[in-house]
Amino acid sequence: MSNAPVDHGRRRFLTIATSVVGGVGAIGAAVPFIASWSPSERARQAGAAVTVDVSKMEEGQLIRVEWRGKPVWIVKRTQEMIDSLPDHENRLRDPESKEPQQPHYAQNRHRSVRPEFFVAVGICTHFGCSPTYMPNEFAAQAEGVRSGFFCPCHGSRFDIAGRVFQNVPAPTNLEVPPYMYTDEFVIMVGEDEETA
Amino acid sequence: MKNLMNWIEYRLPVMEKMKIHMTQYPAPKNFNFWYFFGSLAIVVLVNQILTGIWLTMNYEPSAEGAFRSIEYIMRDVEYGWLLRYMHSTGASAFFVVVYLHMLRGMMYGSYQKPRELLWIFGMLIYLVLMAEAFMGYMLPWGQMSFWGAQVIISIFGVIPFIGDDLTLWIRGDYVISGATLNRFFALHVIALPLVLVILVFLHIMALHEVGSNNPDGIETKRDNDGTVPADAVSKFEFHDNFTKGGKKVIIDSIPFHPYYTVKDLVGLAGFLFLFAYVIFFMPEGGGYFLEAPNFELANPMKTPEHIAPVWYFTPFYAILRAVPNPLFGAVAMFAAILALALLPWIDRGKVRSVRYRCGLHKLNLVNFCISFVALGILGVLPATPLYTLLSQLFSFTYFGFFILLWFYSKNENTKPLPERLT
Repeated sequence: MSNAPVDHGRRRFLTIATSVVGGVGAIGAAVPFIASWSPSERARQAGAAVTVDVSKMEEGQLIRVEWRGKPVWIVKRTQEMIDSLPDHENRLRDPESKEPQQPHYAQNRHRSVRPEFFVAVGICTHFGCSPTYMPNEFAAQAEGVRSGFFCPCHGSRFDIAGRVFQNVPAPTNLEVPPYMYTDEFVIMVGEDEETA
Repeated sequence: MKNLMNWIEYRLPVMEKMKIHMTQYPAPKNFNFWYFFGSLAIVVLVNQILTGIWLTMNYEPSAEGAFRSIEYIMRDVEYGWLLRYMHSTGASAFFVVVYLHMLRGMMYGSYQKPRELLWIFGMLIYLVLMAEAFMGYMLPWGQMSFWGAQVIISIFGVIPFIGDDLTLWIRGDYVISGATLNRFFALHVIALPLVLVILVFLHIMALHEVGSNNPDGIETKRDNDGTVPADAVSKFEFHDNFTKGGKKVIIDSIPFHPYYTVKDLVGLAGFLFLFAYVIFFMPEGGGYFLEAPNFELANPMKTPEHIAPVWYFTPFYAILRAVPNPLFGAVAMFAAILALALLPWIDRGKVRSVRYRCGLHKLNLVNFCISFVALGILGVLPATPLYTLLSQLFSFTYFGFFILLWFYSKNENTKPLPERLT
């Protein structure tokens, strides 16, 4: 036993130093526990963005790609389709896309980045059926509108920009996923400038 | 035998603790109906833990197997239906009991000094209980499990800047999936129950430190300065922890055991009567304890027509929906709970019990109850313009309770307090 007087300054320094080192260790030890909640490699693979080459698409053609287990449509609209968009807006529930069913860059009349290419999740916002694409024969469902999407399950109708008509069961416009053009005719579905 | 008891007592003072917390613990003698719900909450907690452990023996925590395993428990496991209904009804019973327990505290001012910390522990228990119930409701992996979780988790998405990353982190996937289900299972069966039990322990320890309040809201532990009339002093022997070696006299009190254990048993019998009725004759609680869409397997492609949370969340859900801006809605929802937690400081009154407070306070308490129940009803209904307007109105009166209370409690016109318990 030493009878030397207690050096309080030194004791306090040692206490603080030990606490700081211990605290850093505790933070380090917390990393794996917190990081383990992030999406796993498998989930990341399954949720990865899908790249589609649209250079060979014909006017009026619809192609389907799968993204995160959902069918995503890409439609190459004709000029006539684009020009017809303002004609029936008084019959739509949400013509200006106020509901957050699309990224902000698709919140416009044609609901897309470029007017000719329409990208949307092909699932009816009512009960999740997949609507039928009617490029020319939609007038039978909505008078005077030549092209659109018709859901066979409960009769919901959407125009060629995926905007829902009034008096149908579907509550909102079709969902537009985030996407961007990585090249003039290459669309990447699932990623845009903000998330990339 | 006596030697064995002494041997143990020397090493771990079990009998001594029994005296402090049970047989020589002074409790005011005028506990009424409202004082059943604390002990009932413990009974329900035990019920949840026991039935929960038994359910995990047959439950499969995976997106593929969860729904199937619930059907297996309901149809093939011996008494599986009973264990599950005890657990699912127990969840709702827990909230019934806890809400009444909280109302008791508000009526008799049990949150006031020196019981603030006790109240805070209670609010923490309530928060953990809500998280526990939410995660438990997801486990059957039915339609409402899935879509209810979708709605609740997306609430975190409104937080600026980190919202999207936070929801991704909570889900562990880009959509709610098996990854989400499995982590919620882990939290539901071990992490949160552990926290809950620790908080309940702290709640009781904090209670026994300051002692129970009573319907009159007056102090029953008085200074032994000769002013206390002899006939007021309790004839029972209380532990020295409470009498402080004769410095304190305890008036109008009885030992917790056997007097209140016996009384609580009567409350328990009444509770079990109702509890058993629900389990055997209306286990789905009219679609409010177990919602109809939850008898259908979760389907991410198919949104149920009307998504409503389970009844015990609906008052706060109504507040969330009442505010048009989602971020402010979420803030308002959490503020509604925070306001309750801050009650000890919002209420600046010195008189605890509603019996001796001003008429405005009585009306204000009624206003709070009506607002809470009305919001609860509105939270179940679809959000039509009329119902949204009503939700806004009752959110206003809900918060109005706290604002009014803060103002009038400072210089309140109270009635004289009685010298002794009535």
